[in-house]
Amino acid sequence: MKEPTSLTGKKLGNDANPARIFTMTIDNRLLTAREDETVLSVARQNGIYIPTLCHMEGLSLRGACRLCIVDVKGAPRVLPSCVTLARQDMEVVTNSDRVIEYRRKILELIFSERNHVCSVCVSNGHCDLQALATELGMTHVRYDYLYPKQLVDASHPRFSVDHNRCVLCMRCVRVCDEIEGAHTWDIMGRGITSRVITDLNQPWGSSETCTGCGKCVQVCPTGALSEKGKSVAEMTKRRQFLPYLQMMRGEGRK
Amino acid sequence: MTLSIEDLEGIARIEKDKRESFTYQINVCVAAGCLSCQSGVLKEAFEKEVSRRGWENWCSVKGVGCLGLCAAGPLISIQPDGTYYRGVGAPDVSEILESLGGAPIPRLDCASSRPFFEQQPKIVLENSGRIDPERIEDYIAEDGYKALYNALRMMRPSEVIEQVLASGLRGRGGAGFPTGVKWTAVAKASNGNKFVVCNADEGDPGAFMDRSILESDPHRVIEGMAVAAYAVGANTGFIYVRAEYPLAVQRVRTAISQARHLGVLGNNVFNSQFSFDINVRLGAGAFVCGEETALIASIEGRGGRPRPRPPFPAEFGLWGQPTLINNVETFANIPPIIRKGGKWFATIGTEKSKGTKVFALAGRVNNTGLIEVPMGTTLREIVFQIGGGIPGDRAFKAVQTGGPSGGCIPEQFLDMAVDYESLASVGSIMGSGGLIVMDDTSCMVDVAHFFMEFCMSESCGKCVPCRVGTSQIYHLLNRITKGEGKLSDLDMLEDLSDLLKNTSLCGLGQTAPNPIMSTLRYFRDEYVAHIEEKRCPAEACKIHEAREAV
Amino acid sequence: MNKVRLATVWLDGCSGCHMSLLDLDEGFADVAAQIDLVYSPIADVKEFPRDVHVTLVEGAVSSDEAEEQIRHIRERSKIVVSFGDCAVTANVPGMRNQFKVDDVLARGYLENATINEGIPTLGIPRLLPQARPVHELIDVEVFLPGCPPPSEAILYVLTELLEGRMPDLTQKTRFGA
Repeated sequence: MKEPTSLTGKKLGNDANPARIFTMTIDNRLLTAREDETVLSVARQNGIYIPTLCHMEGLSLRGACRLCIVDVKGAPRVLPSCVTLARQDMEVVTNSDRVIEYRRKILELIFSERNHVCSVCVSNGHCDLQALATELGMTHVRYDYLYPKQLVDASHPRFSVDHNRCVLCMRCVRVCDEIEGAHTWDIMGRGITSRVITDLNQPWGSSETCTGCGKCVQVCPTGALSEKGKSVAEMTKRRQFLPYLQMMRGEGRK
Repeated sequence: MTLSIEDLEGIARIEKDKRESFTYQINVCVAAGCLSCQSGVLKEAFEKEVSRRGWENWCSVKGVGCLGLCAAGPLISIQPDGTYYRGVGAPDVSEILESLGGAPIPRLDCASSRPFFEQQPKIVLENSGRIDPERIEDYIAEDGYKALYNALRMMRPSEVIEQVLASGLRGRGGAGFPTGVKWTAVAKASNGNKFVVCNADEGDPGAFMDRSILESDPHRVIEGMAVAAYAVGANTGFIYVRAEYPLAVQRVRTAISQARHLGVLGNNVFNSQFSFDINVRLGAGAFVCGEETALIASIEGRGGRPRPRPPFPAEFGLWGQPTLINNVETFANIPPIIRKGGKWFATIGTEKSKGTKVFALAGRVNNTGLIEVPMGTTLREIVFQIGGGIPGDRAFKAVQTGGPSGGCIPEQFLDMAVDYESLASVGSIMGSGGLIVMDDTSCMVDVAHFFMEFCMSESCGKCVPCRVGTSQIYHLLNRITKGEGKLSDLDMLEDLSDLLKNTSLCGLGQTAPNPIMSTLRYFRDEYVAHIEEKRCPAEACKIHEAREAV
Repeated sequence: MNKVRLATVWLDGCSGCHMSLLDLDEGFADVAAQIDLVYSPIADVKEFPRDVHVTLVEGAVSSDEAEEQIRHIRERSKIVVSFGDCAVTANVPGMRNQFKVDDVLARGYLENATINEGIPTLGIPRLLPQARPVHELIDVEVFLPGCPPPSEAILYVLTELLEGRMPDLTQKTRFGA
């Protein structure tokens, strides 16, 4: 589980400075929260569904996919619940019409960005992105598909990366840096031309830092990172290791 | 060595005496605009000719900062006559020297641009074009570092902040957040080594206010930062300046080393308990690094990508420490506020926007360059008086303010008093101060297309709405300018604009739709003409090119 | 009672969606009583008729002929259903969109040809630069994703439309399968 630090990295919850506990409402339900908890985590504790994509329990917070946006009373615009701390008397609505509409549009933008051909994807049926489309009732993409030319790097003996399916969630980058400690993955370029890379944009197979642990493959939400030898719909991800490793490392990194 | 007020006044006196010993001063602009058209050579030519004639004792030649009318460079000013000459070259030197004391040379005189030079009550640019930016003594002669002395020796930090609060100064980087409130937040942050950062990552296309200030009067910014550091309790400062500004970088570095040498930077400044030093960091040319959390990441050596706020830098900034980030122009306003008092500053400007604003005036206007006007000046005064109207007396169409985050303001608002609120009310923003004038040859769809291309390529790619949304908007605009658009594309544009505005992670994405939304609001008929009639009313964009080719 | 005039069209796709339609088995019998199948690859009708109530379109729009056809269909249909992933997303036919048409044809008919090398031209519609989803060319009322859409989802769509309701497909089908 996540260690009790606030978003600012400030330690909370010690004897001298106990974390404050208070009440707030999410979708008109009165809930208890602690000041170092995010809106997303309070919602999940109480079984309230908020979709996420870049967020992953056990990795650092990112707040980039914007699918977990919620309405907060008094806020000038919708807020990402994964990086918004709970506050006393906060009033959160997770399913207002505009939030639902914004989420669907954001999801459609993700689908339009690269070449997500579910029917021939190794992760068909086991994909977070595909599942989100079903959950959010996305039946088509209203924006024109951009069909960018993307490459596949299959130089690693056991894994391959298919940039056609990448959603730039940076889970691979984070798990490699924060859990494995190798920092093989990073990102190059910017905007729509951003791309995840291994080492200094070398083929994965020739990476000198990659330990071959495969954590990146397991946390990848789509079929972008997969094990070799898996055909259509055969790539299932095993993510149980993450909370375990996080726990074994105690406080770990901020 | 510790500098005392007597030392400071001594330097100022010597400098002033020296100035007064000259009957004539020839000030040659050596800011980047004029330097690029050979004003360096011109200055040398003056020096050589003055020395050849043996006039050194009564005629000085000085390199100065920006004189403002950048499009007409190289510019020189002759004092005390107050004559401005434009487009001066080395062959004109003898003639100019001969004419000293007589009538100005009509061929070179900026007489027609008089309003440009005379209608600008300057605060930020008060020394620009008057002092040598590479000599600290020249700055000190203009009461330089007196504000720092006053702050350190006669005011408590809280009193400094009170003056800034009383001045009503708001951040000049774009959003207009009250500067005093920001300072208070950093001052209140209890823990850690605090930092003061000057944001000189000026990235709007066509904007060069901050560059010009750093090139023309770098000590003013250093002094402003030092005062701020004292007020909030910081000991280290950073100036984050883009590497595309080599001259500004060089002058800032020179100024810092002079300030250190004299003791206005360093330990126990003016014999007080206050110690402060400044480092320069170069940006690698990413627009998004003007966003404060991306700027922090860049200084720390990471990729320049923003992170969600809160926590704000005032609490959790550079290396996790409380950090004050202000823009160049904001800091440049501080010394006069401390010297003359917040109340004085608050008498200038409008009810909610105090002081002056520096604008980079560009586009279809006769006097292109850098101007400083009080808040509340009307667009009409800026464009038609100071700017001298539109070349060829063509019809005015719009002004674009705020760069890629701003909007296009049509003719009906020409008499609007410019301040943060009024610009926002018509769908634009103050921004950092770019002001582009457009006439009837400008296609508004093309303008929107240009800015969206900029935002698309400058998006950092972190959040989905900005990364993909800017690309989709660009794609739609591209289609429209090529004559392949559909009417439903306009709804789609509005829809995506709303999405970006409300769901993007940082200011870049949130404001990127402004050029689209404002042009759709005021110039929808131009979009419709492109779509329905396959015609560009201004005959400017690709449809027109395609037609010409047939 | 007037029967609902139903048409089904097969553009650039594998016909799997039509197979899934036939997979309705006895479910189809209930529907059949209420419809007239006026045009379909499984009914030998040469020209797309007028006044069609519902048209299921399988496949992406990939050729100039398909583009013309789909606009014609739009004019003559009250409700157009994008039937399956190829119609909704361009799916597998869209995988060529990253490449130039000439390169794709050369790859298929020249480089990889073992017999009868040569790009066919006679009597074959010209490929568009990209295979596009149906709704990028015409307005579409209902989207039924799936590769293929499950029979139950097809039955649900048909039943709802026959009842005069717009189907809500949230959670009833997904992209890919």
